[in-house]
Amino acid sequence: MEHVMEQIINGLQLGFMYALIALGYTMVYGVVQLINFAHGDVFMVGAFVGYFGFAVWGLPLPLAIVNAMVICAILGMVIEKIAYRPLRYAPKIAALISALGVSLFLEYFSSLKFVFGPDYRVVPRPIHEVHWHILGIPITNIQVMVIVVVLVMLLLLQLLIYRTRIGMAMRTVAVDHNAARLMGVNVDNTISLTFAIGSAFAALGGVLYAIAYPQIQPFMGIMPGLKAFTAAVLGGIGIIPGAVIGALIMGQVETLTAAFISSQLRDAIAFAILILVLLIRPTGILGRSQTEKV
Amino acid sequence: MRFKSKWALILMVLMLGVALVASGCGQKAGQQGASGEKVIKIGFVAPLTGDVKTFGESAKKGFNLALEQAGNKAGDYTIQPVIVDDRNDATEAVNVATKLINENKVSAIVGSLTSLTTIPISELANSNKVVEISGTATSPKVTVENGKRKDYIFRACFIDPTQGTVGAKFALNKLHAKTAAILYDQGNDYTIGLAKNFEDAFTKGGGKVLFKGTYAKTDVDFSAVLTNIAQMKPDILYLPDYYQKVSLIGKQARDKGIKATFMGGDGWDSSDLDYKTMDGGYFTAHYSGQDPRPEVQKWVKDFKAKYNSEPDSFATLTYDATNLLLNAIKTANSSDPTKIKDALQATKGFSAVSGSDISFDQDGNPIKPVTILQVKDGKYKFISIMK
Repeated sequence: MEHVMEQIINGLQLGFMYALIALGYTMVYGVVQLINFAHGDVFMVGAFVGYFGFAVWGLPLPLAIVNAMVICAILGMVIEKIAYRPLRYAPKIAALISALGVSLFLEYFSSLKFVFGPDYRVVPRPIHEVHWHILGIPITNIQVMVIVVVLVMLLLLQLLIYRTRIGMAMRTVAVDHNAARLMGVNVDNTISLTFAIGSAFAALGGVLYAIAYPQIQPFMGIMPGLKAFTAAVLGGIGIIPGAVIGALIMGQVETLTAAFISSQLRDAIAFAILILVLLIRPTGILGRSQTEKV
Repeated sequence: MRFKSKWALILMVLMLGVALVASGCGQKAGQQGASGEKVIKIGFVAPLTGDVKTFGESAKKGFNLALEQAGNKAGDYTIQPVIVDDRNDATEAVNVATKLINENKVSAIVGSLTSLTTIPISELANSNKVVEISGTATSPKVTVENGKRKDYIFRACFIDPTQGTVGAKFALNKLHAKTAAILYDQGNDYTIGLAKNFEDAFTKGGGKVLFKGTYAKTDVDFSAVLTNIAQMKPDILYLPDYYQKVSLIGKQARDKGIKATFMGGDGWDSSDLDYKTMDGGYFTAHYSGQDPRPEVQKWVKDFKAKYNSEPDSFATLTYDATNLLLNAIKTANSSDPTKIKDALQATKGFSAVSGSDISFDQDGNPIKPVTILQVKDGKYKFISIMK
């Protein structure tokens, strides 16, 4: 029984990791209806900047995290301005392809020798690892940190979107750009800010990911990005609590498959469940079917 | 330009084709330098960037030192090296090897380092009749495909079956292990080969393999499988992958409370291995600088004098591979790959750093012993040599 509990904790850790990335993904989608494929790569840049912060420049961890978040927020705004804004009223597929281009650009540009370089780097843990046994189940302070950060992020995002003026602007933009403009909302600034916040969260996720799985390289964002995207779709893309629920399901399914069935099947079963859920509920677990505007 | 008829166009294409073939043949037959001296081109392929770049950097040092010590000559021929990077990527390896063979017209290739890239290169080299000798690619498939020997392909290292078998024997006889768990990459011939042969030899020798699991190259979370392994409490955890992956798995294994002794293969041999995590682990290797044989001591001294660091297995084996090739070119005294191949196959009693009295078996593999090393206090410790 303890063994099963321990595996569930493993699954929770993985799930919360996916949630870290999925939150930003889903928020950006919710506001601009754009699948930002570069999100996983902003996450990678965040991991690298964080690593340089605490391992190379010797900053204390909180400062290194803030630094990574600020740099990625700026990066997010620049990406939006250069790659997405000119295509905002073009067909959706154009923006999607532009997003793929940005993703590949970030990966290969980061691989250049004078940027991050193509090599794997071992990340020294900036905090001492502590093991606890709660009711016989081993748990580490890093696992606790990840879980706390995700819950705080979820809370902050919910507050931001439903309790602030900016959040109100975001929700307005999500419904209709022109109507938002007529109501006095600055659409460009709101979208820019959405990208800044989403990218800052990606950076936070990247730094925590690098601490939990202490190895980074320029292509590290692809797989987690894909999984987080899947999690966001599973939970209902655009819906913030849905991203966390989807991520937790993904983490649990993957871990339990690897633990009790076969590690070879873990991705196959995880994605099969995604297809199944989408067949039954095309808008995801928390998604509501929208009535078509006439 | 417009052609009067399609026949004119066909004629043009034919002439162009003949011209291309003629120029290609001319280069292959001649291969003479501007001053009339005889030149032989040797390609060198290694991952100089990417996930195992430290392998490539070391190997390049070994290759360059071997050429330097030979005075860039083999027999009557002056050697012209062409160095390329495969990034440890199978597709990239094929690209650069194609370029070496078709554009640079090399007679022989030294490299590449991992089986992942060397297998596709070997198929290309063999079908184009270019000699290839790899220092470190240990998969049997490098020199043999479907039971058929690739005549032009050789290597300077022992093969995966030997490494897995000797590793298992060491675990049973020297460490007195009774149980083992194995974790390996399901998409990499190198780790599959080691895992399989370790399992076979360990079971045959009376040990018990409690668990055999796989992961994919992109996986970073091994907690589920490792939690299962922690329950079984094996004596040995066999991790036959490259240094960056075993460092990551090793760390998580210790986090999960696995106390087993870690064991692995020559993929561990890197200055980027996480020494603290892997401390106490054993791995099979090709050579140790602490080996007292005079060839080894001279090599370590020369390498230190030039590069101011200790040579690792990759530098050593690439050095040996290059020397084996140079020796064959000298014996054949020709730049014709077919003659070089025959001379290489006929090598007898060659004294290399990674083993004396080297000859090749019918599969192009050298006959030589295996070294066992231990990771201890941030260094490698020489444990023993086993056949």
